This record gives sequence, structure tokens and C-alpha cells, in this order.
Amino acid sequence: MIISIASGKGGTGKTTVATNLAASMGPDVQVLDCDVEEPNAHLFLRPIIEEVQTITTPVPEVDMDKCNLCGKCGEICQFKAIVVIGDTVLPFHELCHSCGGCMMVCPEKAITEVGRELGVIERGRRNGIEFVHGRLRVGEAMSPPLIRKVREYARPDALTIIDAPPGTSCPVIASMKGANFILLVTEPTPFGLHDLKLAVGAVKILGIPCGLVINRSDIGNDEAWSYAREQDVPVLMEIPFDRRIAEAYSRGEMIVEAMPEWKEKFRGLYDRIEKLAA
Amino acid sequence: MKEIVVISGKGGTGKTSILAAFASFAANKVLCDADVDAADLHLIMNPTIRERHDFQSGHTAVVNQDKCTRCGLCRDLCRWDAISEDFVVDSIECEGCGVCCYFCPEGAIDFPLNTCGEWYLSDTRFGPMAHARLGIAEENSGKLVTLIRQQGKQLAEEKSLDFLLTDGPPGIGCPVIASLGGAAGVLIVSEPTVSGRHDMERVAELAAFFRIPAMVCINKFDLNPEQGEAIEAFARGKGVRVMGRVPFDPAFTKAMVQGQTVVEFDSGSEGCQAVKQIWENLASDIGI
Repeated sequence: MIISIASGKGGTGKTTVATNLAASMGPDVQVLDCDVEEPNAHLFLRPIIEEVQTITTPVPEVDMDKCNLCGKCGEICQFKAIVVIGDTVLPFHELCHSCGGCMMVCPEKAITEVGRELGVIERGRRNGIEFVHGRLRVGEAMSPPLIRKVREYARPDALTIIDAPPGTSCPVIASMKGANFILLVTEPTPFGLHDLKLAVGAVKILGIPCGLVINRSDIGNDEAWSYAREQDVPVLMEIPFDRRIAEAYSRGEMIVEAMPEWKEKFRGLYDRIEKLAA
Repeated sequence: MKEIVVISGKGGTGKTSILAAFASFAANKVLCDADVDAADLHLIMNPTIRERHDFQSGHTAVVNQDKCTRCGLCRDLCRWDAISEDFVVDSIECEGCGVCCYFCPEGAIDFPLNTCGEWYLSDTRFGPMAHARLGIAEENSGKLVTLIRQQGKQLAEEKSLDFLLTDGPPGIGCPVIASLGGAAGVLIVSEPTVSGRHDMERVAELAAFFRIPAMVCINKFDLNPEQGEAIEAFARGKGVRVMGRVPFDPAFTKAMVQGQTVVEFDSGSEGCQAVKQIWENLASDIGI
């Protein structure tokens, strides 16, 4: 079972829900942190990292001894990532989407592929939880290929919890697609609601069952609940604003560590998810 | 004309609420919401839209079933597994590289331009505003960020305003990189948590990578002063100028619920006073 945790708006508590749910569920749980731009789950799960792998994406390299400057590579490239200028060919690796088109089209077979570093994947464990995250290289623009690599670590026999990035564009879709259930986390404020609507829109495009956690449930107003009713999105959990929770979070502690009674509540959340995903 | 971009690395640190408060203090400015993926500034600014434009960018392959002979070459060449066994393109998976379309021996693949969002030029009670909305599940957010910032600058030039105040996206990837180029400075709104600190360090590194002068302020400082001080110490060590501290203040959320800036909602609140001080520090630092 793959549960992807998403939100639209950032800072609503995705990582809090992902880590606490994992810590409440015991063995055979995986956490895949797919917020590769700003991964945070490791700060709470504190895994012992056992494996670090550099992830690259293929980009073109041109052998100028073979190139006859025909310009077909520049013609096929939709991303302006390779151009013929004067008597040379310039590949712009940072613009390349790795489609391989230039290499396929080159009649002289002058193009081969080398790797551009996207970032690293780190894998480890702690207290029976298997942990994997991607860390996008600072300066790298494209996160979806790294997210897809992190997702390859999902084991079919495990409960896989994915911490998705904020927003609703390509990195979020890459983190939600193929999940069995999407758990949306919001806060009941105008910003939270506005971005929740976008996230629900994305979930509907993917056609995956979903439910809602309302975090800091006693701030703001009650429009999140009316919206959830209207859209038929079940509210599966409410977490009130509690300064103890906020302070524990600030120190990198999970709620279930600071207040162990929450373990039962997170297990209940899982039970409700399991019924809805079936 | 100078542009300040407000970013945060981590989402939900209060970037938009603080930027909205700046809008109350700053004169002669254009507002720009470059968080096109989940734009929220309009919820406080309540803009009157003057111009509405489609945002077109990128292409998606479409197989013309009447011409397709099911030879399978497109499926072999596609690196995104975007073409199904019955030769239908999954538009979410399609990267828009055009390889299938280029090589199809029957010319059976069309490659139409995508309309993936809208952008707007508006008026608000705080002055002109450029903003945009990327369609759900769409790509090319970086290009829309670049476009909306250009529109903001043009608007400022047309109206002889000398300052662009831009709300940036969270993270450090494509849209954030697109929000930095050419800015006079970035203000990083952080929070005193282990996540806030981790994410601030990465986004400060990004600003340094692109040689954009960075400043930092810490929201909800009293939640964990020790973390707050650690962030400030990190900032000083990296040449990131520390602009001030904002206390945890429920006035920000209450103002948001009313569709107001914290200045309009309660100008005497602690939060408002702190943001005013930060604005003054920032304005004198950048020279506006």
C-alpha cells in the first residue's frame, strides 16, 4: 500500500503526518521523502544512513571530429539545450530534459551521453522504519527525475508513506501518481483552503481515493470542513494547535515522542485510510 | 527599478503574510506573485483584474489513430513511457520532447502547443499587481515565473514606479531559480525549527550560487529562540544580512481570515511592529 501525503500549501504539516504515521505503524514501514528540494523527514526520523547514491540524468556530449554541423540536433531539441554556433555545437546541460532526441537524430553518430548530477539518494533505517530520501543538488532545476528514482525504492510488501513536495505541478504529480491513497493535509485558513482546492483538483485528475487531515484545526475558520463535505472528501483526523506540538516540532521531535498517546490516533488514521483505499 | 523577491525554502513560514504587510508600508511599487503553483497573495490583495492572458508553453504529443499503423517505434523511443500499448499518449507523463512526433514514419503524431495557465495584470488598493495561475498538474512553472516577473517590471516602468515586490515560490528547484535572476536581493523568511533552519541553509546556498544578495528574517521567533539564534549565526557566517525577528502572533492568521494585511487588521500588534522594523531595515539596506 502506498500512501502519498500532499497539501498544495507548504508548511501545513505533511512531514509531521508522514513521520508520525510511520512511527505509529511498526515494522515493514517505509518513508520515501519525495520533497527533494527541501527534504525534512530525516530531521524527525533521524535514520542511520547506510547507503548514498549519486543520481545523474543523461545529457549530450558531441564529438566534433565526427560532427558535420548539419544542425539536426538543434532542430529536434524542444528545450534549446543544444545549438550549432559557427563551427561548433554547444550543449547546454542545465536545459536538457534527457529525451535523447539529439543523439537519435544525429546522422554521424557524433553524440553520446554523459551524466549531469541531479542530486543524491540516501537510504537508511531507524526503529524498523526504512527511510529513503532524495536531495536535489543546489542549483539543479529539475526535481521530477530524482523523485521518480526515490519512488523506485517502494517495496510492494511494505506500507510505503510518501512525503510529497508542496504545490500542484510536475514534482507533486510525480510524488502522487500510482499511489493507492492520497492523504491531504491542510490548515483551516484562507491560504490553506485555496491551495487545498488545487490539490483536490490534482487528485481528481489522477483518480486516486483521498482523505483530509486538518492541522491546527482550531485556528482560522470552518470553511475547510464545508468544502470537504461539498467535495465528499472525508476528514480523517484533526490536530489542534497546541504550543507543545509546535515546540516539539521546532526541536525535531515527533508528536508521538512528545505525547505518546497520539500513537493510537495515528493508528486510527491508518485504519480509516485502509478502509477507504480498499 | 529594483526588485526584492521574498522566498523561504520551507513552505508555510509566513512569506506571503509578511510580504502583504510590506505592501502596506512600501510606496511606488508593483506587486508580483511569482508563486504561480499555489498563488495566495490575491486572497489578501483582492485584485481587480484589468488584463487576462493565456499562458502557452510546451507541447504534448497526440497520436492520430487514423494514420497510426501501430509500428511501435514511438513507444520504443519515448523515455517517459508516455505512450500506451494502444497508442494513446498520457498527457501527464509526456515531457513534450517531440521525439515520437519527429520519428513517426507515418506522420501520425501531432504536437500541439499547451495552454497551461493564465496570467493577469490587476489593480489593488496597494497599487498594480502582476499575478498568474499555473493549471493544475501542468509543467513549465519556471517559464511562467519568468514571464510574470517580466510583466511586473514592465508595469513598473510604464507607471514610473521604482520598486517590484515579488512573492516567490517555496523550494529550491525550477520555479525558485526562475524567481531569482536579476533581483536586487532576496529576503528569506525562515522559522526557528529544525526544518526551517535546514531549508533556509539550502535556499541561502542557492542564492549564493546565483550571486543574489540575501537577507533573512525569522518568523515566530519565540517558538524556539535557540533555533532562531542558530539560523542568525549561520546567516552571519555566510554574509546573509539579518533583518529582524517576528514574534508568534495570531494577528497574522486573523488578518488573513479577514482578507487584510496585518497592518490593516491591527497596526498596534506586536507582529505588525516587528514587520515594520524589518521593512525599514530592508528598505535602507537596498536603498529604496
